[in-house]
Parts: sequence; C-alpha cells; structure tokens
Amino acid sequence: MPREADAESNNDTSKVNPSPSPSPPPPPLPPRRKLSSEGPIQVATARPTPTTAVTPIDISTLSFPDGSRGTFSTNAAQGVSTPAASGYATPVRDPIGAGDFSDSMSVMSLAPTLPPPGDLASLVAGDLTRKSRAWNLLRSQAETAEPFESIELGAPGELAGFEREFDEIPDDASDDTRLAIWKSKMKHYMILSSAGKPIYSRHGDLSLVNGYMGVVQTIISFYEGANNPLLGFTAGNARFVIAIKGPLYFVAVSKLGESDTQIRSQLEALYMQILSTLTLPTLKNIFVNRPSTDLRKPLEGTESLLSSLADSFTKGSPSTLLSGLECLRLRKSHRHALNNIFLKNRSEKLLYGLIVAGGKLVSVIRPRKHSLHPSDLQLIFNMLFESGGIKSGGGESWIPLCLPAFNNSGYLYMYVSFFDGEPAEGPSAEGDQQRPVSPGNDGDGDGDGDGDDRNEDEDEDEIAIILISPDKESFYDLKEMRDKLASQLTKTGHLALIRAAARHGRPQVQAIAPGAQISHFLYKSRANVQFCMSALASPPPSHHHHHHPPDHTPPAATATAAAAAADQLLTRRRLMSLYHELHATMHAKHAHLRVLHAAGADAASLAWITPVAELYCVAGPHVSRAAMAQGAARVAQWARREEERLFIIGGGVF
Amino acid sequence: MADSGNAPKPSSSVKLVLLGEAAVGKSSLVLRFVNNDFQENKEPTIGAAFLTQKCNLPTRTIKFEIWDTAGQERFASLAPMYYRNAQAALVVYDLTKPTSLIKAKHWVAELQRQASPGIVISLVGNKLDLTNDGAGDGGGEEGAAEDSGDARKVTTEEAKTYAEDEGLLFFETSAKTGYNVTEVFTAIANSIPETSLKTARGPNASHAPSRTEEQRVNLNGPRDSGAKDSCAC
Repeated sequence: MPREADAESNNDTSKVNPSPSPSPPPPPLPPRRKLSSEGPIQVATARPTPTTAVTPIDISTLSFPDGSRGTFSTNAAQGVSTPAASGYATPVRDPIGAGDFSDSMSVMSLAPTLPPPGDLASLVAGDLTRKSRAWNLLRSQAETAEPFESIELGAPGELAGFEREFDEIPDDASDDTRLAIWKSKMKHYMILSSAGKPIYSRHGDLSLVNGYMGVVQTIISFYEGANNPLLGFTAGNARFVIAIKGPLYFVAVSKLGESDTQIRSQLEALYMQILSTLTLPTLKNIFVNRPSTDLRKPLEGTESLLSSLADSFTKGSPSTLLSGLECLRLRKSHRHALNNIFLKNRSEKLLYGLIVAGGKLVSVIRPRKHSLHPSDLQLIFNMLFESGGIKSGGGESWIPLCLPAFNNSGYLYMYVSFFDGEPAEGPSAEGDQQRPVSPGNDGDGDGDGDGDDRNEDEDEDEIAIILISPDKESFYDLKEMRDKLASQLTKTGHLALIRAAARHGRPQVQAIAPGAQISHFLYKSRANVQFCMSALASPPPSHHHHHHPPDHTPPAATATAAAAAADQLLTRRRLMSLYHELHATMHAKHAHLRVLHAAGADAASLAWITPVAELYCVAGPHVSRAAMAQGAARVAQWARREEERLFIIGGGVF
Repeated sequence: MADSGNAPKPSSSVKLVLLGEAAVGKSSLVLRFVNNDFQENKEPTIGAAFLTQKCNLPTRTIKFEIWDTAGQERFASLAPMYYRNAQAALVVYDLTKPTSLIKAKHWVAELQRQASPGIVISLVGNKLDLTNDGAGDGGGEEGAAEDSGDARKVTTEEAKTYAEDEGLLFFETSAKTGYNVTEVFTAIANSIPETSLKTARGPNASHAPSRTEEQRVNLNGPRDSGAKDSCAC
C-alpha cells in the first residue's frame, strides 16, 4: 500500500546515510543543526548503555553457571571495539550501576568486521560459533529460558517504577510529593511556544511544570539567539532532546535509553498531531499575528490525542520505531476480494478508504496518484484505537482532520464507523446469499497452524471502516457507501474472516519456525514500509511472580490482574528497549552494519538488515549465536514466503 | 431497532443537533439518551458524532438522527453543516459555569438567524448532580435559586426567563444520574409540529441519499408506510 519510498527515507535515510557532519563530541555548545541531519552526536550521546562485556557479576546472576561466557567475553572485547571505530563512542551513562537489565546487553559480535558482508551465514559458520563443551551442556537446558527471565522485577533497574509511569499525578498531594512523582516519571514530553507559553505537558498540570517550561525556554532561546540551535543534552540519567518547529519547541526527557533520532521522531509525531488539528498555515498565522498566543485554546481537545501518542511511545511502539505500519494477516485472495468489494462500492467523493482491525490495516483503496503515508496513518490509528474519544462516543463520526504528510495546508473529512463487537454475523455469513469466501481460493495452502496469542493489550477485534474525502458535505455519501460495504462484507463472509483473523492475533514464533529458539521478532519490509511481529507472548503464568523481589513480595495468590498487567507492560517495555537499542545501533551514522548480535545477562538479540528487509529478534540469554541466526533465517524465509499475506502490496487503486 | 411490528405507528425521522461549549456534557446527554450509560472523564468529541435513537410517543414514533458536535471553538465553522435542515436543537450549558450560558445564547441567536425557521430549540442546563438540588429527586426545576454552597453558578430563574423570552424549551438535567434526560427528548419530540414532520422529508432527502430507498417508498404515503420506515434501519 504505502509504497512510497520517500516516507521511509524521511525517517530512515537520515539515519542510514552518512551525512557530512561528523561533529566532535559535545562541547559546551551543541553542533549546528543541519536540515536533515540528526548528527552523529546525539546518536552517540543517547546511546543506551551497552555495557561492554559480561562481567563476573553478570555471570553470577545467571541461573546457569555459564562456562562458555568467558570465551564469549573475549570475543566481545574485539567486537566492542567496532562501534567506537564506527563513530559512535558509547559513553557509559549509568549512574545506577550494573543492576540495570534491559539495557545492559553486551555487544558480543559485530558482523561488519567480518570481511565480505557475510550476513547471517557468517554467524552460523566459522570460528565464532565454536562452542565449548560446557556451552553445549548448557544448551540442552537453556532452550526454555525466556528473555528477561533472570531479571528480578523489584530490582532497582532502569525500569523500576515503570508500572506507575502512566498514573496521574494526584491533585490533592502536597507540592513536594507531586513534584517528586513528576520527577520520577521516565518520560516527559513538553510543548511550548517560542515565547515561552506552555502548550502541553504529558505529566503534571501547568502550575507544576510552568517553572520548568520557563527554564527550558530560556535554555533553548539562548542557543537560538546564538544561531546554534540546541538539539539535546544529558543530565544525570535523563536525556533531553529538543525539536524546534517554527514557533513551537518540543522537548522530550527520556530515561529509557532511546537514541536522539528515535526520540526526535516521536517529537515529530507530536508535531504532526498538532498540524493535523490546526494545519500549518493556521499555525503560522496564529503566531505571525500574535507571537504570544496561548495555543492551548485552539488545540483544546487535542491533549488526549497527544497523550495517547506519547504513551504509546513510552510503552514502546514498534510502528514508530520502524516507521511502518502493521497489517492484518490475510490470504492474498481474501485481501484481493476485499479490495474489490471496497472498490465496487466506492463513492465518487472518496479519497481514501481503509478497513482497520485493532490497529492493523486490513484493506486500503486509494487514487492511483496518491498513497497514504505511515505517519498520517499513525495519527488516524492513534485517534481511533489508542485514544477513547471516537470509540467511546458510539455511533458514526465525522471528523475534520489534516493529514500533514498528505497535505499540511488543508483539512480532509474522515467518516469513521466501528462494527459492533458481537460476532453475530457468523450464521448469516454461512447461509444466505453468496457463499462464504473460504473455499477454492488460491492454492497457497493453509500451512499456518499458528498457535494464537489471545489478545494482547489492544482490542484486536475492533473493526473500523474509515472513509476520507476532501468534501466536507459528503458525510451522507460516505455513510451510504459504508452501509453498502458493511452489508456486503457481512453477506460474503468477509467480515467474519476479518474478525477471525483479528482474533487470531499475531503468530507465535513456534508456529512460524517450530523449534527455533527465538522468542520474539520484528520484521520490516522496507519496500512496503510495513512490518509484522510475533505475538508479545506473555510468559506462562508461573513466571509472573516467580522472581524473588527483595522489597515487595506479593504472595502468589495476589498476583492479581493488575500485577499481570504491570508485568506485561514491563515486559513489553524491556523488549522494546532492546529493539530500540538494536535499531539505533544498526542505523547509527557510519555504522553500515548488516548484522548485529548482542548478548546480555537477560537476553540475546540479533538484528539483520538487507536491502529489502529489517529483522530484529530476541531470545533468551543462553541462546547461541548460531541458533539465533538459524532462527532468524527461518523467520525471514517465512516472511518472504508470506509476504503477500503479511503486507498490503499496492492496495486497491482507482 | 424494529419493534414496530406489532404497533404500526407512523414513524418519522427528526434531525437534531446538539450545540454548546466544550465540556458541558453534550455527548454525555446523548450517551445517556441512546445507551442509558454514563462515562466519567469522557474524552472530548472530535468533529461530530452521528447517532440515532427512537422515541416512542403515544401516537407516533420519532426517530432522532442526532448530530453530537464538538464544542471546541475550532469546530464552530462546521456547525452550519449540522444545523442546516435540523428540526430540533439542544443547546447545552453547564450549570456550574456561567460562561457556558453566554455561549449557549450565542448558539441560540445563530440558530434563530440561520437555521430552518421552524426549528425547535431546547435550552438544557446540564450537571445538575453537582448542585444541591441535583441527584435527581425531582425538585430540580423550580425554586433552585435558594440553594447555598453548591457548585451551581447559573440560577434556574435566569436561564428559564431567558428561555421563555426566546421561546425555547427549558430543562435542567444530569447526564450522570439520568435525571430529566429522556424528558428533554420526549418534549422535543412532542413539540415537533406534525406538518414539519411531513415537510421535513423534502429537505432531508436531498441531503441524505443514504435514505433514498426508504424515501421513495414513503413519498406518497408517509403515514401508512411509517412502519416500513422504521424497519429498514
């Protein structure tokens, strides 16, 4: 569907292409801002703490006495030198010490040091994979080890308290308490005008953050005045990243170890949300006429959208990380039939039509000359599936919005309607009218007996029809189109199919590559600007409070749903932190990496980039490099084989 | 939806629009009326939401087609699209917020100036549960002025006098408790003149192609084919 390479290049080339601005490590004044260059500096300074080698302490915390660790860490020593040579020294900015988990992976090997690109094969063959007897012994038991298993939940790691990250700051507490809570948040997003007027803060009301906004404004303006914009700085374990967009200052404070580039793309998304509300000309006008305008009024009602965006970043958003979108896995023939039904019912007024299930794109139709940009879709999906404004209202919605990547100067009008949740369509789909579509379609045999993941945090089976038109009077036309479309989807059984696919959820790794030792993966098709991932399998219940947290020890019985949810939140964040780190390393300027294998006390991970795809996977800490590489190869094979099911290629065009 | 099988009462569609400042409770009133539900801390409506709900009167059934609009200033320019051809409007203010009544008066003036001449307007003061006479024990409508120390900032008298002067229906409601909510809609349904129900089909048809099939059936005999009308959707 969104085939445009530019959407990708917007986000990616700046990281991939070496840019001619190798500035020295941060002097008092940060480097000059280049239009498209994020500069290696920030990348360097924000690099989350890959501790360089496995320390004896690490080993002692492992559940298995790992004899082979030693041999690995000698390898690591040589591997680790590579990143330094490639231009991003990795300052160890970890005041907490060695106790941190998700970020404490050690770089065990870096394939680019191996002569010809080598890719994955180089990991499977050769000296690197020679295993000691101890290792082989260990392997026999280690298969079951999950990533992060050896981590103690209550340990004072970087994510301690993450489960409280999204709690509101209480109004009734004392100022000191509120400030303390505010400071304990791991991620802050602030938006202010260049005149210093606060516009938005994710945490804390304005009385609480006003002073800090003032400080931030002063600092940014100082550098602005010197014509040498401030891009970011580090204070303690917090990384500050600043993005200046015309009259607006965007500030993110992160203790989660993301790279500057990654954080900046999050700020970019917040900016896009503001443009989507106001359009660029309106925003400019407001500030040209009155630079001291309080933008909160014109943005009123947008806070919840900004916050849900911000929170999805803080929880860890694969979609933002990979700047791609996720599609619902469907058979090619089904998708094709869906597109045709969609096209057949197209209203003259339609610009874009989408069917989305639980935040995954099911079908899209578009004019030949326009494609949809992932960043625009991200805004729409956020509005529909992350924030409650539309869903909770019930009924149908008619929403003026600007899709900034499509055209940042005007509004489009979006018709949205959700299908009712109950799967009551089942019977009628079987019996009447046309036959259900399942039989006799393309012979891509159904070799996918996936174990399914029963819903993750999203409501997978919320199915929405989204129809976008440039004509603000076209509500009834689009409603008519929707009604026809909905009744045909129901009659032909496609709705039931979509629902079933959505319920099915993401595939388990074991279903894709039985026996593979990978626990989770992200796979991005670069050409399609789309990604797929395996189920964020919540670990089996026994894991949940198996750990022995020193401070709080809830009896196993009280491992309530809330605790499980917190656990899941934490697991997801750990996983995403690992992916962010892999991603940042792979995309660091001058890195030119194609394969990266990293192992740490809690997890091993592997990244592999080819011209067409990016694959990131994670496994338990004891999984050997060769096993991971084999697993990765199988996942990649699967993804290639299933490409037309996993991704929307082109979509329906009119 | 189609409970009209046993009692084929005439049925007609009424386009109703809700207007008012942000966060006065427009969506909550609709949610209460349509789903008999209430959500604390509801997120703001974006754009507008379109919902339908039937209202059974002794002699006929009214099918409300409700446009629940967002109250934020930036959406104000879209309002004409929603009140054009509307036969009824709910102009909502927040009893605890005087500025919201001022905004409501602006909406009333705009409706009187620009909406269909026969439009039935109801002024609704919401959030009665935040006042002493709230909580839905029935005494809310009269003599609310002598309350003390509650969150009420707009007296019943003030709003009621204004409503009478302008010829509006007037209610104080609580979407949270449900107090008086159905009454508002029933009163509106009762106030829609029968003639306007017939004529209403004309303008509606041109703007609602989605209902053309129904309308074709109905054009010659609106009253008799009413039952069909309600079944079809």
